[in-house]
Amino acid sequence: MGRRHQRHPTLQAMTFALVDGNNFYVSCERVFNPKLEDRPVVVLSNNDGCVVARSAEVKALGVPMGEPWFKLKDLARKHGILAYSSNYTLYADMSNRMMQVLGSYSPQQEIYSIDECFLGFDGFPNADLYTIGQRIRLQVKQWVGLPVCVGFGATKTLTKLANHCAKKGLAGADGVCDFGRMSVTELDTLFARIGVGEVWGVGRRLTERLAGMNIATVRDLRIADTRMIRDTFSVMLERTVMELRGISCLELEELAPAKKQIMSSRTFGAYIYTLPELEEAVSSYMARAAEKLRRQCSVAGAVQVYIRTNPFNESHPQYQRGVTVPLTQTTSDTVRLTRAALWGLKRLFKPGFAYQKAGVMLMDIGPAEQTQGVLFQTASPEHPALMQVMDRANAKWGRGTLRLAAEGMAKPWQMKRDRVSPAYTTRWEDLPRVN
Amino acid sequence: MPAVQSLLTASDFPGGSKLPHPDATRIRLPLFGHKVQAGFPSPADDYVEAWLDLNEHLVEHKEATFFVQAAGDSMTGAGIQEGNLLVVDRALEAKHGDIVIAEVDGELTVKRLEKRRGKIRLVAENPAYAPIELKDGQELRVWGVVTSVIQRFKR
Repeated sequence: MGRRHQRHPTLQAMTFALVDGNNFYVSCERVFNPKLEDRPVVVLSNNDGCVVARSAEVKALGVPMGEPWFKLKDLARKHGILAYSSNYTLYADMSNRMMQVLGSYSPQQEIYSIDECFLGFDGFPNADLYTIGQRIRLQVKQWVGLPVCVGFGATKTLTKLANHCAKKGLAGADGVCDFGRMSVTELDTLFARIGVGEVWGVGRRLTERLAGMNIATVRDLRIADTRMIRDTFSVMLERTVMELRGISCLELEELAPAKKQIMSSRTFGAYIYTLPELEEAVSSYMARAAEKLRRQCSVAGAVQVYIRTNPFNESHPQYQRGVTVPLTQTTSDTVRLTRAALWGLKRLFKPGFAYQKAGVMLMDIGPAEQTQGVLFQTASPEHPALMQVMDRANAKWGRGTLRLAAEGMAKPWQMKRDRVSPAYTTRWEDLPRVN
Repeated sequence: MPAVQSLLTASDFPGGSKLPHPDATRIRLPLFGHKVQAGFPSPADDYVEAWLDLNEHLVEHKEATFFVQAAGDSMTGAGIQEGNLLVVDRALEAKHGDIVIAEVDGELTVKRLEKRRGKIRLVAENPAYAPIELKDGQELRVWGVVTSVIQRFKR
């Protein structure tokens, strides 16, 4: 194996791991539907529009990420590709389970997205990280049923790349890749085989511009002149080059779990033209957002609401606007939050546009116990008991069982999800049935 | 209270502020007539313990525990009836004699696991069902170990 990188405790303060779920959404579906194992499966975006997750079998058929489903129908028929609508309820629950398991490996965890997280291993100078990686893979697979790959590196950028290598089998075929175990020459050879576009933060545009300067591989970028990179591109890319050389510039961001903003927005299943329909949609999103707010025991001090037309439909007149409505008293009451959102919406709305999306955002969020009273205000009545009943009923019998009349009944704006699997882990009547 | 109201409606709204602010209500000032109760702490306060939590009793590995619903009558001998809720722990290594959820021909099934003299069988707890024998080379795929069954009585 030749010379090794020394993991000197003072020179190399930290080793990072990146754990990433393989074809995460597809894998979640497979846990509860073993029939999908070894079969080509895709998961589609909201409104069943585009492919957002592909099983290995689908990737082998050459289907790119983001491919519109309607373009795939012939291929799907020919190869028996199974398509599912996004079941975010399921994916979020499975993600939480996976993140909890991973959190037991290190006190330093940055949950980077629904299916990947960084772990910091600074107290493990002599630990055999490769073995830890294998253990992580085994445990997540057994406990949660999800296959993952693990990459280790001295910086977050290197760790991302190591994870890519683990996933593609570029440095061993067992789903774990530790750059710390590889010699300088081994890394150099490996990096010369990987396109620069695989580097974290290097998108398609940047890849093209770099190619024009004969920087095509990770190796090329790693040895590029940092000054030139900064002057021609940005400080960001210069930092990426430093990170590729093993100089850590990005820290773990272990952010507070309680959210400071809560969003709820959707693209409609079909265009909406009238205020009453928009009011129903906005009320419904607010109900979701308020529920989330109460679940984290917080209150909001302001409500933002926005609407917009389809920016890609250039032949149609465009309109997009949002307002923020401050509240006199912080609250988590759906009734009050909805009233504020609808008040804002009324001032935004302009007739004559084909609206495609609406959303609400709760802002100025703080813990519920710090609700400040207002002088000279009997305040709009709060409905804590009603809210509790609503949340319980909706958790038990499904979302929207109890709702404000403002949400409407028919919901013509609701998105299409024709192929969604059951909420196997979060609804009693959706539990898997076993014979 | 016009002054307060114009403050509340603020100026972030390009459309002006002709509508009253959603939070604006008619105000009645409370008369603080009642007295503050000093009260005595309950002598039982020191003896209050936490509520008993069934999760704590039934779920050992939270992240790895899933609930499934039993269907059919193949496990009635083990006390598992149609419609019962099964608590399944995926963190446990399946041993001989465990009731397990296993993958058989792409379906999930609940059976008792038998491992004897290198032979592995999935046995129903109902004589009407034949055991499922694993053929040579066929891999046993245990989905999880059933740790409890919950049966609610109709009333």
